[in-house]
Amino acid sequence: MKVIVPIKRVVDYNVKIRVKSDQSGVELDNIKMSMNPFDEIAVEEAIRLKEAGTVTEIIALSIGPQQAQETIRTALAMGADRGILVKSDENVSPLNVAKIIKVIAEEENPDLIILGKQAIDDDSNQTGQMLSALLGWSQGTFASEVKIDGQSVLVTREVDGGLQTIKLNLPSIITTDLRLNEPRYASLPNIMKAKKKEITEKTPEDYNIAMKSDLEILKVSEPAQREAGVKVETVEELVDKLKNEAGVI
Amino acid sequence: MATLLIAEHDNQSLGDSVSKAASAAKLIGEDIDILVAGKDCSNVAEAAAKIDGISKVLICDNEIYKKHLAESYSQLIISLSENYKTFIAPATTTSKNFMPRVAALLDVPQVSDIISVIDEQTFEHPIYAGNAIETVKISSEKKVITVRSTAFQASGEQDSVNIESIEASEESVLSKYVSEELTESDRPELTSAKIIISGGRGMQSGENFVLLEAIADKLGAAVGASRAAVDAGFVPNDYQVGQTGKVVAPELYIAVGISGAIQHLAGMKDSKVIVAINKDEEAPIFQVADYGLVADLFKAIPDLEKALG
Ligand SMILES: Cc1cc2nc3c(=O)[nH]c(=O)nc-3n(C[C@H](O)[C@H](O)[C@H](O)COP(=O)(O)OP(=O)(O)OC[C@H]3O[C@@H](n4cnc5c(N)ncnc54)[C@H](O)[C@@H]3O)c2cc1C
Ligand SMILES: Nc1ncnc2c1ncn2[C@@H]1O[C@H](COP(=O)(O)O)[C@@H](O)[C@H]1O
Repeated sequence: MKVIVPIKRVVDYNVKIRVKSDQSGVELDNIKMSMNPFDEIAVEEAIRLKEAGTVTEIIALSIGPQQAQETIRTALAMGADRGILVKSDENVSPLNVAKIIKVIAEEENPDLIILGKQAIDDDSNQTGQMLSALLGWSQGTFASEVKIDGQSVLVTREVDGGLQTIKLNLPSIITTDLRLNEPRYASLPNIMKAKKKEITEKTPEDYNIAMKSDLEILKVSEPAQREAGVKVETVEELVDKLKNEAGVI
Repeated sequence: MATLLIAEHDNQSLGDSVSKAASAAKLIGEDIDILVAGKDCSNVAEAAAKIDGISKVLICDNEIYKKHLAESYSQLIISLSENYKTFIAPATTTSKNFMPRVAALLDVPQVSDIISVIDEQTFEHPIYAGNAIETVKISSEKKVITVRSTAFQASGEQDSVNIESIEASEESVLSKYVSEELTESDRPELTSAKIIISGGRGMQSGENFVLLEAIADKLGAAVGASRAAVDAGFVPNDYQVGQTGKVVAPELYIAVGISGAIQHLAGMKDSKVIVAINKDEEAPIFQVADYGLVADLFKAIPDLEKALG
């Protein structure tokens, strides 16, 4: 079984981002970039399926600038077999990302595509669902457990009320939630080995995709800031303030 | 052309978020129909008919939609799409599951989690865990939008409008419902509670959450948690507040043993009043707290329970 894992290069989750003063976006110069955390979970899940003997090949795919190659190398060092970089310096919307992945899926014929549930930069939570609709494949989003069972896959999903389990016919699209697994760190020997693994470079034009441009970003601004309040010394003082100053209890 | 608002419900009751999404839909300015798809969901349709601003309710009562599986649900919406320009739903895990499919099938973009409507094409929504606000303009004829319900007031009430039954669309065979494990609780739901008390890793165990529950019962509050508390297995996943959990904005949010990581703040920093109880006076949660108490929670929480009488 073959798996494609789409991975996005994003600002590291520990970085406190800053909005540019001209409101054109957020500051990215000299900022630490990493693999989207949900995509690390997706790579890890694919590797575990390979270790279990279910999966034979893992392709890490990223759409982004040349530096996204480093993100693909990270996935290869974790255990993915080869990479595809679709180079674009533009901001590619989830619908366009889904269209690119669709064409690659049609070329590669995977049985499973595992994505993150959400990129922590745009917070869209769209790409996997869009891809599933475009391919006409089944979808299991926000997965906290994945079990392959012959021609189907059982996915337990994190939903607002708790957990839901569904059964999907393969091929399927799965998106990962936080509790699916804990991604491994790449070992030094595996980092060395990953340098020899193949990364194919492409551009969106190679796939003849009509990219849509009907979503325009007008500006990016600073959210309203919250002021720090006061420290109270005792529980009694706290209760007094909540009752008599804030009036919320 | 009109707007189709897709109702969030559990076949018995209408989610509070729907009326808030209706307020956002009213700002777009088209006629608004509301779709209630489910099984034995006529109570939901009746409640939807009373939301101010709704022109009519479409009900599709069919086994296919009972569990809101994304493939069939999006197909139903597409079957209605000719009559609508805007497709809008509150941003819950259910709508996040099917709305992007609707967008892809219509070949139009989706804007997730809008917090304001500038005009019928232009919207603001948070990115980077709410540390930046992006203003986007959609130029396609049709559009798909999900609404962050904490950013909108509930729409008022009106005399009931017509409820029209519609035909089911084709059932997808791609996925099947197997089972669910829903968290049972007599306390209010996190996203609609007026008061929330949340625990973090500092709680040390699931058993210790009874300390928070005792306070929740006195205040009529909901109980929430940080990711660390959920990951550690103290409480179920649906307690998680944050960038990738639930977004809440109650009158009062009490954070206990929570450090205040960016990802947690993303889910609660629009609360009206924030209280932090943490033994580390340097904890970042104090930077957003209106009232901070530097204390050991195992002393402070039982004291608080007593002080509340
Ligand atoms: C992709 C991604 C998504 C994420 N999404 C979310 C999300 O949606 N929600 C979320 O919450 N997190 C999320 N996180 C995790 C987030 O980064 C933090 O790791 C998490 O919020 C920390 O939880 P915490 O504050 O409970 O734990 P810690 O950071 O460990 O803090 C525990 C706090 O408890 C205090 N404490 C300990 N003992 C006591 C005591 N006896 N009395 C008083 N205080 C005490 C400590 O001083 C400390 O401040 C996400 C992370 C990633 C990478
Ligand atoms: N540029 C990209 N390259 C590769 N994968 C992506 C890209 N953008 C999004 N994805 C995938 O889609 C998931 C959801 O992203 P989003 O819909 O933007 O929140 C991510 O976790 C990735 O798995």
